[in-house]
Amino acid sequence: MSEFIQYTLQGLAAGGFYALSALGLAVIFGVLGVVNFSHGACYMLGAVISAVLLGELHVGFWVALVVVPILMFGFGVLMERLLVRWLLALDPLYNFLLTFGLTLILVEAVKQRYGVSGLPYEVPAGLTGQVSIGSVNLSTYAIFACLFSVVVCVAVGLLLTKTRIGMIVRASTEAPERTRALGINVGRWVTPVFGFGIALAGLAGVLAAPTRAITAEMGSNFIIILFAVVVIGGLGSILGAVVAGFLVGLVEAYGIAYAPTYAQIVIFVLMALVVLVRPSGLFGREEVA
Amino acid sequence: MRSRTVQGTVAIAATASLALAACGGAGGPQSGGSSKLTDDKVVIGLLNDQSGVYKDLSGPNSKVAIQMAIDDYKAKYGDKAVAKDIEIVTADHQNKADIANSKAQEMYDRQKADIILDVPNSAAALAVATQAKNKKKLYINIGAGTTALTGASCNKYTFHWAYNTAVLARGTAGTITKEGGTSWNIVYPDYAFGQDMNKSFSAEVTKNGGSVGQSIASPFPSDNFATFITKAGEGSPKVVGSMHAGGDLINFVKQFNQSSLKGKVQLAVGLMFITDIHSLGVDQFAGTQFTDAWYWNFDAQNKKWADRFKEKTNTRPSFAHAANYSAAMNYLEAVQEAGTDDADTIVGKLEGKKINDVFLRNGEIRKADHAVIHDVYLAKVKSSAPEEWDYEDIEKTIPAAEAYGEANPACSMS
Repeated sequence: MSEFIQYTLQGLAAGGFYALSALGLAVIFGVLGVVNFSHGACYMLGAVISAVLLGELHVGFWVALVVVPILMFGFGVLMERLLVRWLLALDPLYNFLLTFGLTLILVEAVKQRYGVSGLPYEVPAGLTGQVSIGSVNLSTYAIFACLFSVVVCVAVGLLLTKTRIGMIVRASTEAPERTRALGINVGRWVTPVFGFGIALAGLAGVLAAPTRAITAEMGSNFIIILFAVVVIGGLGSILGAVVAGFLVGLVEAYGIAYAPTYAQIVIFVLMALVVLVRPSGLFGREEVA
Repeated sequence: MRSRTVQGTVAIAATASLALAACGGAGGPQSGGSSKLTDDKVVIGLLNDQSGVYKDLSGPNSKVAIQMAIDDYKAKYGDKAVAKDIEIVTADHQNKADIANSKAQEMYDRQKADIILDVPNSAAALAVATQAKNKKKLYINIGAGTTALTGASCNKYTFHWAYNTAVLARGTAGTITKEGGTSWNIVYPDYAFGQDMNKSFSAEVTKNGGSVGQSIASPFPSDNFATFITKAGEGSPKVVGSMHAGGDLINFVKQFNQSSLKGKVQLAVGLMFITDIHSLGVDQFAGTQFTDAWYWNFDAQNKKWADRFKEKTNTRPSFAHAANYSAAMNYLEAVQEAGTDDADTIVGKLEGKKINDVFLRNGEIRKADHAVIHDVYLAKVKSSAPEEWDYEDIEKTIPAAEAYGEANPACSMS
C-alpha cells in the first residue's frame, strides 16, 4: 500500500510540473488560436538561460525564477511582433509551420553555442534532500516544483477569469469586432498574451533545470507529452491543462510502476481514449466559433 | 469554422511531433562504383555524429585527433613517408544506420576513402561493417559499444579499437560485485544498446556471486525517472545500476541524487564518458565508479598528448579522441610498413600486432576476432575537480586479457 501511495505522490508531483509546462501552450492557443510548436524550445531556452546565468554570471535559482520569465516575455513579444503576427489571419497551419521552423533554429543555435552534452545545474540550497512520512518519501525539490506550479496555474486562471484584464483578453479573442466597437484596442492585447505564454514556458524551464538534463534537445521529447496534455484537457482550456497535467503525471507513474516498458505509451492511449469519447477534450468547448 | 481548422492543426502538430521524435531525415543509398586505390593518396574517412548526442564525445574534434596522427606520421618519416598526400574526409551519420550506410558507400566509392574511422552508435557501426566487408575496405570502429562487431558480425576488414559492452560489464559489474556490492537492481533504456548492457551486466554480477533482483526497462528517451528510481530501490539492493547514456543518464543521476536512495545505495553507471561528468558537474557524479578505456590525466604520456590536443581544441580529449589518433597512427604505420594502401595487405600487417602507444597499453590486435584488446581502467569520479576536466581517479588498471576475456566464439571471420 505504501508503495501505491509513493507512486501516487510521484505522479502528482510530476503532474503539477506538466500542468505548468502545458499552461503557456493552452493560454496561447486559447487566446490566439496559435499552435505554438516552439513551446518545447522555449522551455529549453528557459532552462539553458538559467544554467548560463548560474554558470557564467553566478545568478542563482531564485533570481532566475524571476529574471528568466521576464527575458522570455521579451523574446515572446519579439516573436509575436516580428513573425507570428503576420500569419494570424491565415490558416493556423502557417503559424504551426513557422514555430516548427523556429524550434529547429533555436535547438541548433543552442547546440552550436553550448554543445550537446548539456549544462550543469544544482538543486538550490534549502530544497535538497527528501521529505519522509513513514516509508513514503519525496524529494523536497519535487514537492516545491509541484506546489509552485499549482500556485502559478491558479493565479493565471484567476487572472483570466476574474480580472478586468482577463475579461478584455477573452472578449478580444472571442468577439474581436464587438469588443472593438466598445472602444477597446484589441490588437494591443495580442502581443502581451503571446509573450506571457512564452514566459510561462521559460518558467517551466527554470523549474526543470535542477532536476532534468539541460540540453538543446530537452524540449523535443517533452513537447510531445505537452501536446498530449493539452489535447486531453481540451484545447485552450486552462482548467483542462491543469487537470490533464495531473492525470498524465499519475498515469505515467502507475505505468512505470506496473508496466515500465509501456510508461509513455499509456499516456497516448489515454489521449486516444479521451479524443474518442470527447473529441474536444475533457474541458474543451464543442465547436465554438 | 476556425476551431475546426484549428483542431486539425493540433492533430497535425501532435502527429508531426511524434513523427519528428520517431524518425528523421533519410538518405537514399548511393550508387555503387568500382574503385582502385593505386594513387599515392591515402584518404581517411571520419564518419561519426557531428551534431547529436555523441558530438562532444567524439564529433568534429576527432578530425583534429586524426590530423595530429597525420602530422606525427609525416614528422616521423619525412621524405621517406609512403603516404605523402593524406586527406581526411568527414561525414555526419546523425546516429542513423541508413545514413551511416549511404555515407560509408559514398566515402569508399566516390571519395576513395581507404579506411573509415569512429562510427559511434551500434546500429550505424554494424551497417558500416557490412559495407567494409562488401567493398573490401578497412574500417576501424571506435565509438560503438556493440560486441557484435567482433562477434556475429565480425569480418576481415573490420577492427574494434576502444571498448565494448562486455568490457564495461567486466570492469564495472565484476569489480563492484567482488568488492561486496552483491545485490543489484538494474534500470536500462529499452533499445538494443540498453538490452545488451543489461544482459552483460546481469551475467557479470551473477558470475561473481551476486544477484540481480530486478531489471527494469525504461522507455527511450525519458525525462522523468522518479518512479523508476523508487522501483529500483525496492528490495533494498546494495547497488542500483543505470545503463542509460547521454541525456537519459543525466536525468537519471540528477533524480537519483534527489531521491532517498542517495547515500544508502551505491550507484553504478554502465556507460559513462568524461563529457557526461563535465556536463552534469563533478559533484553530482562524485564517488560513482565506471570503466574508462582511457583517461587523459592518467600519466605523463597521456597528459602530454592531451596538452597538445588542448592547444588545438581548447578542451580535453575523451577516450574516443585518443583512440581515433591511435587508430589513424597505426593505420599509417601499417601503410608505411607495407608500402601500399591495399586493404588485404594492411589487414595482414595489423593482425596480431602488439602495440603500446598513447591510447593502447599492452595492446594487441587480436587476430581471431579483430578486437583490439588493451588495458582499461576502473575510474571513480572525484568529489571536486582540481582543474577543469580533471574528474577521475583511476582506482585500478584492468589488464587487457581480463577486460576482454577470450575471443568471441560467434566470430567466424568470413
